[in-house]
Amino acid sequence: MDHTLWSAAALSELWRNPVWFKRENKPKEKIENKKLQIPQGLWIRCKNCKEIIYKKEVERNFDICPKCQYHFYISAQKRLSLLYDQGEYNTFDDHLQPTDPLKFRDRKKYRDRLKEYAALTGLKDAIISSEGTIGGYRVVICAMEFGFMGGSMASVVGEKIVRGAERCLAEKIPLITIACSGGARMQEGIISLMQMAKTSAAVGKLAEAGLPFISILTDPTTGGVSASFAMLGDIIISEPKALIGFAGQRVIEQTIGQELPPGFQTAEFLLAHGMIDMIVDRRQMRSTLIKILSFFALGPPPQGPDGQ
Amino acid sequence: MDFEKQFVELDSAIKEMRQLATEWGDSARQELKRLKKKRQKVFYETYAKLTPWQRTLLARHPDRPYTLDYINIIFSDFIELHGDRKFGDDSAIVGGLAQLGSHKVVVIGHQKGRGTKENISRNFGMASPEGFRKALRIMKLAEKFRKPIITFIDTPGAYPGLGAEERGQAEAIARNIYEMMFLRVPIISIVTGEGGSGGALALGVADRLLMLENSVYSVISPEGCAAILWKDHTKANEAATALHMTAQDLLKLKVADEILKEPIGGAHRNPTMMAHIVRRAILRCLAQMSRLSEDKLLEDRYRRYRQYGVFRELVE
Repeated sequence: MDHTLWSAAALSELWRNPVWFKRENKPKEKIENKKLQIPQGLWIRCKNCKEIIYKKEVERNFDICPKCQYHFYISAQKRLSLLYDQGEYNTFDDHLQPTDPLKFRDRKKYRDRLKEYAALTGLKDAIISSEGTIGGYRVVICAMEFGFMGGSMASVVGEKIVRGAERCLAEKIPLITIACSGGARMQEGIISLMQMAKTSAAVGKLAEAGLPFISILTDPTTGGVSASFAMLGDIIISEPKALIGFAGQRVIEQTIGQELPPGFQTAEFLLAHGMIDMIVDRRQMRSTLIKILSFFALGPPPQGPDGQ
Repeated sequence: MDFEKQFVELDSAIKEMRQLATEWGDSARQELKRLKKKRQKVFYETYAKLTPWQRTLLARHPDRPYTLDYINIIFSDFIELHGDRKFGDDSAIVGGLAQLGSHKVVVIGHQKGRGTKENISRNFGMASPEGFRKALRIMKLAEKFRKPIITFIDTPGAYPGLGAEERGQAEAIARNIYEMMFLRVPIISIVTGEGGSGGALALGVADRLLMLENSVYSVISPEGCAAILWKDHTKANEAATALHMTAQDLLKLKVADEILKEPIGGAHRNPTMMAHIVRRAILRCLAQMSRLSEDKLLEDRYRRYRQYGVFRELVE
């Protein structure tokens, strides 16, 4: 992510020579340029409010800006550990691996991109399927990983969501998905588009069986993911300020030939327009899920010996 | 269209030679013969090996027959229905009740405009949520009265606009996909021109997907793909090939069930003939599906979409 990073050396230099007191006319960019070259540090700049904040403090705070409550990107793994009881869960379908059905090549081969992102994230594709308990309720959570090709949906993501739903059907437990995706993956062409239908169908099977499906939207949820399973939750929850929409903002601006109003396509915008049920702070997400799960657990008792 | 220009040039040369032939006699007549032969050769050769990008251009040809053209030729007694009963009536999608031979059906499709003025009112066939919701309402009507659904797909994509986003473009598309999956009547979709991503799929969850020979269907437009992956929108040509978006590609990928052959030179060179080919195909599909029970129909449809995806399962 594009946080501006500060090193200890840069900070001590600033401390000794507090330029902001003395030299009002000095162009700001110059300092910022200097900071951008520094690769690592203890301080980060908030993407939303632009305040300089202590990195450790942010980490202690569920990766939320202590100044403006902006929710920073966190990995799918981290999300899962924040939600499950004791942060413990089992993953499944880890053995599904993407292939390159179209032999797709742009400036780079799709195959090479897959390898690169696999090395970067330690995942085979942009999703983790997991099972565990939240407040004692057994659930399946399929969490998308934005760090893997922008969380894009292709064959493996689609298949894992469907298998996640099928596990819920077999075990009669609720499904939770955590969307974090730019949309369908271009490199698998029409097969990626078909994942929209495939995942929506699987969600429909849960509905037929009377099993709840909770969809959590995070920054960003757009394109083919928002236009399929992510917007089909019985309950749709979003993290604050998340970007949610169908079309990309640049495309819209080019189409209508005007700038977009502030706050357009944010979670708050969607709530105001009746598209989502609630916005929930990351720190309250677990307790909110427990409340919702307990409501649905009071429904008709599940059939079968291994029901919850 | 670039590759059509050569025919225009040859045609005008032929016309000139024909006039000269009356004055000059035999030598001109021979030249005329030669030109005619050449034109035919070039014509057949060009259309025998169209590139994916050329097919995309043909799929977008401004003279190509649109949904209402097909409806007028194929069906009788078309009664157009309007509005989504929620917000408005989106003329980028048309739909209504129609008769096809002995079948009473519901027909829905994207509608592009002919000329600038109509295109503006039709929004170039790019639907807003109202359009998708109108389509869904009419499909629900079809289900209620147990009539098969025929959809015609021809759209650059769902409209990327302010109002469309405000009124839930993503939700509208998702809802259509979801509901179509479980409608208890046969659904036949025909991609007649451009199948533009989610906007196409929102009318395209079907038991049979037919594609015209020069139609395309893709997750993203080649221009959009080129802009993102090549950082250069002029690389649309390469992107069109890479995306595997032609009818022939989709047949191989088992997304399309059948390709409907177009008159040589494209559907726009003989819309009536094209419409009759489409008509025959629809009747054939209807006959196949009339033998299926509702449960079997839904089971097959679910299985059809369940199996899309290419991946490897490593041994655990």
